[in-house]
Amino acid sequence: MAEKVLVKGNEALGEAAIRAGCRYYFGYPITPQSELTEYMSRRLPEVGGVFLQAESEVSVVNMLYGASCMGVRVMTSTSSPGFSLMQEGISYMAGAELPAVFINVVRGGPGLGDIQPAQGDYLQATKGGGHGDYRLIVLGPSTIQEAIELVMLAFDLADEYRTPVEVLADGMIGQMMEPVEFPEMRSLDTLPEKPWALTGAKGRKPNKITSFDLDPYKLEEMNLRYEATRKRIIANEQRWEEENIEGADILVAAYGTVGRIMKTVMEMARERGIKVGLFRPITLWPFPYKRLEELSKGVDTVFTVEMSGGQMLEDVKLAVKDNAKTPFYGRMGGVVPTPEEILDQIESLVKGSENR
Amino acid sequence: MTNKLIAAGFGGQGMMLLGQLIAYAGMLEGKHVTWLPSYGPEMRGGTANCTVIVSDKPIGSPVVATPTEVIAMNIPSMLKFSPALVENGKLFLNSSMIDREPPRTDLEIIKVPANEIADELGNLMVANIIMLGAYIKKTGILSQDSIKSALEHKLMRKKKELLELDIKAFERGTALL
Repeated sequence: MAEKVLVKGNEALGEAAIRAGCRYYFGYPITPQSELTEYMSRRLPEVGGVFLQAESEVSVVNMLYGASCMGVRVMTSTSSPGFSLMQEGISYMAGAELPAVFINVVRGGPGLGDIQPAQGDYLQATKGGGHGDYRLIVLGPSTIQEAIELVMLAFDLADEYRTPVEVLADGMIGQMMEPVEFPEMRSLDTLPEKPWALTGAKGRKPNKITSFDLDPYKLEEMNLRYEATRKRIIANEQRWEEENIEGADILVAAYGTVGRIMKTVMEMARERGIKVGLFRPITLWPFPYKRLEELSKGVDTVFTVEMSGGQMLEDVKLAVKDNAKTPFYGRMGGVVPTPEEILDQIESLVKGSENR
Repeated sequence: MTNKLIAAGFGGQGMMLLGQLIAYAGMLEGKHVTWLPSYGPEMRGGTANCTVIVSDKPIGSPVVATPTEVIAMNIPSMLKFSPALVENGKLFLNSSMIDREPPRTDLEIIKVPANEIADELGNLMVANIIMLGAYIKKTGILSQDSIKSALEHKLMRKKKELLELDIKAFERGTALL
């Protein structure tokens, strides 16, 4: 294994992309992810890559569209309002089946919001923030080390399924530092071939990349193809972590930063004699419905905790159905819940169900 | 063993760097560490703080509601963070800038005239490193050599005199206790 280095999350996300073979980054600075943009501006020229700061996020996403057509690995990073500006282009890229990685270091919202960590962009990410019938693969890292791994994975999944992929981080993951190990730099020769790319049609039939067809029957065919891809992704790519499930008094569903805070809560709860299980989705789309449904049959309560008003909660309810109660606790506006306040909630829920 | 530190002061007093040096030194000793900055629309002269956890076990939450130690470089930082300390927690005060007692009586208070000593050394900028010396000596959570290695790493691209000054400042801090 490589030696450990102490890095800021934003810089780790950027380095991971470069090690995954990304050589094209287009972006526009926005807090709390600006260090990522800055890092790419310094680092990409060192590896023969291209860094370009666009005049807006609308330009950024269309630059990604163009570069992705060439068959190269491309990425941008932004934070909530910036990601909203990209939605039209993301929908076009989904329609044109163009691989790309989007990192959203989420901040408080809606609107301009603030610059503190939040999880209020879950529905936008997982249900399609742009128009039309598409989904992004959405990955939710909870530590910087996991963020590195998921950025690498994001590029592979994007290429394999020809789809934009979103890494849904938050201000905490972007701003904090912890020791990590980086994987080896991936050689560009080992990246997957892309025979569909626009590389000059010398000696072959021209390729065509488009997001639409005006003939509804042909457009429906395209939609059916996207649908088939979605089914393959759902079948193959669900990822989650579960911990302490056996004999748990209560199961908590949480992702990203809250998923990480839950590790401390579980330890504190154990000291108070409460056994808390954790279900932490890593792919937010495709959401691991089936596994959560199975687990929900063994508990009284599946408690969702988010830094939002209850967004992943909708997916939790779809999975749990009537198998268990589905209470919720959330903080909004960029407030990060402390382990103590989550534990208080758990304690009253567990006591409540004992008294029934 | 888990130490949870909040280090706070005015922007420019070097609390972010102090926290990073502890985190880096902790990593060198094979411990689990996290460093979490307060970040906001802040500027020099505003308040800034960071939370550093050093632990033998993997760290879940990098957010800390009840720190085991607080470093306060000015009065607003003392007033804001000393109420959060665990019972009998350690409060490190920059006595050059804090002329009053904290609002709690159970705390172990370590007064460090960081600005005065920094002045003696000829550079007010090293007040944070003097405080770091006192913190490391008092808590003993990391070896002084690890902190010196962290300083070398952090100042790699800067002038050699600066590193020498910082090492001197650190040693002055450790010698206080």
